[in-house]
Amino acid sequence: MSDQDQAFGNRGNRDASVVNPHGRGTIDGTRRSGSTGPGRAGDPFLIGEAMSGGYGRGPDILHDCTIAVEKGQIAVIVGPNGAGKSTAMKAIFGMLNLRQGSVRLNGRDITALNPQDRVKAGMGFVPQVHNIFPSMTVEENLEMGAFIRNDDIRQTLEQVYDLFPAVAEKRRQAAGELSGGQRQQVAVGRALMTRPQVLMLDEPTAGVSPIVMDELFDRIIAIARGGLPVLMVEQNAQQAMMIADKAYVLVQGANAHTGTGKELMANDEVRRTFLGG
Amino acid sequence: MSTNRQATAHSPWRAPILFAALALLFVLEGTVRNSMFSGSWNTSLAILNMGLISAITALGVNMQWGYAGLFNVGVVGFLALGGLAPVLVAMPPVEGGWSAGGPRVLLSLAVGLGTLALATQLWRRMGKGRLRGLAVTGVLILGFFVYRGLFDPAVTAIEANNPARHGNLGGLGMPVMLSWVVGGAFAAAAAWAVGKVALGLRSDYLAIATLGIGEIIVAVLKNEDWLARGVKNVVSIPRPVPYEIDLQQNPAFVEFATRWGFSATEASGIWVKICYMSLFLVVLLVLILLAELALKSPWGRMMRAIRDNETAAEAMGKNVTARHLQVFVLGSAVIGMAGAMMITQDGLMAPVGYNPLRYTFLIWVMVIVGGSGNNWGSVLGAVLIWFLWIKAEVWGPALIGVLTAPLPDGGLKEHLLDSSAHMRFIAMGLVLLLVLRFAPRGLVPEK
Amino acid sequence: MDILNALVAFLNFVFIPAAAYGAQLALGALGVTLIYGILRFSNFAHGDTMAFGTAITILVTWGLQALGISLGPLPTALLALPVGIAATALLVLATDRAVYRFYRVQKAAPIILVMASVGVMFLMNGLTRLLIGVDEQRFADGERFVINVRDFKAMTGLAEGLALKTTQLLTLVIAILVVWALFWFLNRTKSGKAMRAYSDNEDLALLSGIDPEKVVRLTWIIAAALATIAGVLYGLDKAFKPFNYFQILLPIFAAAIVGGLGNPLGAIAGGFVVAFSEVAITYPWLKIAGYLFPGWQPDGLLQLLGTEYKFAVSFVILIVVLLFKPTGLFRGKSV
Repeated sequence: MSDQDQAFGNRGNRDASVVNPHGRGTIDGTRRSGSTGPGRAGDPFLIGEAMSGGYGRGPDILHDCTIAVEKGQIAVIVGPNGAGKSTAMKAIFGMLNLRQGSVRLNGRDITALNPQDRVKAGMGFVPQVHNIFPSMTVEENLEMGAFIRNDDIRQTLEQVYDLFPAVAEKRRQAAGELSGGQRQQVAVGRALMTRPQVLMLDEPTAGVSPIVMDELFDRIIAIARGGLPVLMVEQNAQQAMMIADKAYVLVQGANAHTGTGKELMANDEVRRTFLGG
Repeated sequence: MSTNRQATAHSPWRAPILFAALALLFVLEGTVRNSMFSGSWNTSLAILNMGLISAITALGVNMQWGYAGLFNVGVVGFLALGGLAPVLVAMPPVEGGWSAGGPRVLLSLAVGLGTLALATQLWRRMGKGRLRGLAVTGVLILGFFVYRGLFDPAVTAIEANNPARHGNLGGLGMPVMLSWVVGGAFAAAAAWAVGKVALGLRSDYLAIATLGIGEIIVAVLKNEDWLARGVKNVVSIPRPVPYEIDLQQNPAFVEFATRWGFSATEASGIWVKICYMSLFLVVLLVLILLAELALKSPWGRMMRAIRDNETAAEAMGKNVTARHLQVFVLGSAVIGMAGAMMITQDGLMAPVGYNPLRYTFLIWVMVIVGGSGNNWGSVLGAVLIWFLWIKAEVWGPALIGVLTAPLPDGGLKEHLLDSSAHMRFIAMGLVLLLVLRFAPRGLVPEK
Repeated sequence: MDILNALVAFLNFVFIPAAAYGAQLALGALGVTLIYGILRFSNFAHGDTMAFGTAITILVTWGLQALGISLGPLPTALLALPVGIAATALLVLATDRAVYRFYRVQKAAPIILVMASVGVMFLMNGLTRLLIGVDEQRFADGERFVINVRDFKAMTGLAEGLALKTTQLLTLVIAILVVWALFWFLNRTKSGKAMRAYSDNEDLALLSGIDPEKVVRLTWIIAAALATIAGVLYGLDKAFKPFNYFQILLPIFAAAIVGGLGNPLGAIAGGFVVAFSEVAITYPWLKIAGYLFPGWQPDGLLQLLGTEYKFAVSFVILIVVLLFKPTGLFRGKSV
């Protein structure tokens, strides 16, 4: 919070005839990127290694946390509430200050890049909420996803529509008018429009019905089988582990268990403390 | 993120030192005669008195903004409405004015208000449907025509009564100090009506609503001649203090003045202004005392709790809208009182003078510069800004004169010198922007 | 015949003036609504931005007139307009850089931007006063009428005349062109869509690679252009007086809110709703009623409200719309 905010407190911010809180941003868009460095031999495709840090000047939320995804695989981050799952993903995406550790993508050290530049470097990120442009049509949402591209985007557009036939039918409709599941599809589609090298999803199934959730998972598997690595934070740990090639269980911002989904599902401790039986 | 030097705690001496510096400015204005100051106590006290009235206005705005975070941009309207009170309360009755159409005007106003009330009740009581819409529209249309049918002839009659001197209803001939309270009541009633509508919506539309009502009140005062003669102005409103001319003819006073080395004319002006100043100071101090007591009471704590976290307060069962309405009405009453005091001091009701830039936005500069949420800050900001506003008219040309000295005589130089009085607008804009940027809590921050 | 006369009187005294005024309000409200949608605050300095742009345009117009340059039947001010727009755009970009950008970077609460806009309002007000003073200026030249009353009467043989001022026709034509261009820009071009995206969701726009500062700059330039055009058209149609431009803020805000703040289509609709109601409610209908009901002799002017209360009309419309449709006629972003 800035001094200016503290000075006025919450005054006047209720008056809709003078202020418009709708769609306000929280990311500092003015932070400049540093330079990138070389990766390390034997790295996975994307790795956030030994990350420690927190938001702003706040206390550390992550403690020596490592998350990685290999090409063509699905990696999921699971854990109890408040374990720092989303924070870990945001750390990989450059949205918090890392005190220690590094993020490397496809043989490049991108620790110093800001989020915008990480998108350009090949990361596709789908936030948990506010992940579409509600007053714009589905097609415009997808076009905005491809904003940084200067080539012909029609082919990618068709691929996204093939992947999500339900939203293809509504391409002229405002995205804000769609159902929850369809909005998530638009959100994922928007991220795919940059033709990313890795897709990062922050709780894509939050707040959708079980049937829609299954369908979304199907789509995500299809994306991964198409060769695009997927990193995903998930609340529904059981379903997530079933489709995961690799799963990270975080507890209090640190790695507690790591393994393939099947291994962890078979792990007694994970089952007892975390999966509830 | 600390971006300015205001992040740290303040010394308790800050406010007294600033007030002392301000007092020094007025003493200099009264005693030193050079290009910066006039050296006249009459000027100094005149600025101070208007500054005190501005301070009371700023206090009202600060109650709304500082305590509850309400953004009122119709200050000019409430101030003007308060100014109506001295005319209606203290002026002597106009002969024949009341009998020409007084009761009829009152009746028509009652019909107008009754129509609105009836329409509201119908809307609330009747079930949803086309019938309700028709009924409410019917009542409103019918009510409007009955109102105009009663109102128009009455107004024509009143305005035809000795139009050169009066043409209005006239007042009640009561003591002018009473009008200060009445002015507050007028403004409070208007604020209640506006607040009831604008604060009851899902989110506030107070700013635009007050902007509108401000314009409307000023338009009413300018055009309803039967009320206060409109732009023809009402003059010689009775005073609560002695008249200069009486003082000058009083041998005791003349002797008293000579003993202090003043001419009778000068001393009488100073004496009258001191009388006004004392009255204004008493009102100001009583208001501050009440405001501070209220702020420290459970009510004040609740106000601040609501302001800082509306959702939490609402969850605790506090009726946020009702509290906001309360403080909005109270603040407006204070503004109305200041309006009545201003007209009393001027002895003249001239509605064309009600300019929103001067009476709404300049008051806002005062509140922000003084320190949002701090009553003493508002007073300091008001008197200081008023002083600068007046003096900028003198200093601006002087500054331009120095700056343009090297320029050759000609159109441009002349134009710049001519328009240098407008420098005060630029100066006020700069002051507000600089304070917002570097000291957003103002000169005397809220504790 | 009487019905035709009534129709002509209606067109002459109500429809044409209201349409021209509505177009001016719509252009002003578009600027306000764009700033509200993208920069997320109500710009109290908008009226004074209009005044500044018009003042520059007038000064350049005088210059052109002194040089003997004119546009024939059209007002010379049209030639000066681009200069006015450019100067205003530079001024608002400078204020953004010096004032607003700091708070934007800090992610300060929007109310602070509102306060800052009050400061900017004082500055611009003073600047306009310095430039051109506070007096009324008339700067319309060229042909005054497209159709004048006498010709119309001679042509049609009707008792009632119809006048169409050049400035009124010009206002409507320019407003239509500007609105068409703006909507084409917002809906068809990449930069326009980026502006809408930023308005919808700042963070996601940033993550999509949209440069926020570029969007903001573009918004200010468009708002300055809209303000200057609206101001010049208003000044041509009526007269230029800085204080009137400050007062027009209320109907402009009312139009923007009635239409739904943040919604450009709503701003246009709101402008016409406010203008038509103002004119219809403050117009004395006696003449038209006389044509329609020859036997009726009412004793008043059949004027619902005096013209002095035109602001009351914007206000009442605003309150009614807010009471019954809190998001405005077209869904705005505010609620």
